[in-house]
Amino acid sequence: MNRNRNAFINGIRDGIPIALGYFSVAFSLGIVAKKAGLDPLQGFLSSLLNHASAGEYAEFTVIMANAPYLEMAFVILVTNIRYMLMSCALSQKFDPGTSHIHRLLVGFGITDEIFGISIGRSGPLNPYYNYGAMAIALPSWSAGTAIGIVAGNILPASVVSALSVALYGMFIAIIIPASRANRTVGGVVIASFFVSFAVSKISLFDRMSDSMKISLLTVIIAGIAAFFFPTKDDGDDDEDREHTSNSGIDPSKEVM
Amino acid sequence: MTHSIYLYIFVAAAVSCLIRVLPLTLIRGKIKNQFIRSFLYYVPYVTLAVMTFPAIISAPQVPLAGILALIAGIAAAWKGMNMMGIAALCCAVVFVCEMAAGYMM
Repeated sequence: MNRNRNAFINGIRDGIPIALGYFSVAFSLGIVAKKAGLDPLQGFLSSLLNHASAGEYAEFTVIMANAPYLEMAFVILVTNIRYMLMSCALSQKFDPGTSHIHRLLVGFGITDEIFGISIGRSGPLNPYYNYGAMAIALPSWSAGTAIGIVAGNILPASVVSALSVALYGMFIAIIIPASRANRTVGGVVIASFFVSFAVSKISLFDRMSDSMKISLLTVIIAGIAAFFFPTKDDGDDDEDREHTSNSGIDPSKEVM
Repeated sequence: MTHSIYLYIFVAAAVSCLIRVLPLTLIRGKIKNQFIRSFLYYVPYVTLAVMTFPAIISAPQVPLAGILALIAGIAAAWKGMNMMGIAALCCAVVFVCEMAAGYMM
């Protein structure tokens, strides 16, 4: 019982920087939602239930286009397909005996960042850690969207522009410490940068949506990396992961 | 035909939920296959890298600001700065660069 409580508190602690980042990103997402005609309640609901930056951006585009519901289902499937990969990866972090309800709730709460911090925990994953992170990060994401819908227009363009890179800063905070701790990961990250840049310049891929490119590149690059650089056995593997997360989100190094 | 925004939100939420929940509930126990294990290990890093670059360049109004934010973010992450600090730093770099660019034009 006590262990679960500790895990929950750790989850909240690691979730705080995520929640702050989410708020600013969700705020700019709210500006898009408003253009699509959503009111604050709808924006809140959408963010609480869907909570995905690229996915929701795509969702609002579909709403704006007044497209069929089936198209919505397809677009969301494609933009969020990476969560399926993350869910597969998380299934390996769970103790095999973890109950269905825990699997369901942790699965529901998967986002890029929550996945990032939970994959970095050493040993089997305690679901309460994820609940802690979700408890603070998801309401912040939802409230940010709603407030963005209400107040998005009052922010000057320079501030919106600056906020637009917050999300990428968080991604960098996950991949760079991992690259530093593990040379192979570093090589894979650099290769991903190059390939992604090349694909964005090749007109052949112009008609493919960004989210489709992300999913395709992920499968191809991670597949090639797995073929040529298979990971070592469990022990080493987990050790690497522990390093990666700790250097990225160690609260003792809080600078803010 | 007009569509209900609530129904749109419901469809989007249902699909995302299934995507997130199904693998976790269906895959019980450890995957033994070395290739799949390695693949799943690399997936998060590749996805995040691909999402970050080159999108970070086109997100701000001035592309150079995005490039500088990327460089500053990588340097800070390498030095061990925490997640929120890096996000704030990237925002600050873009804000300052665009201010400077505004003065020069």
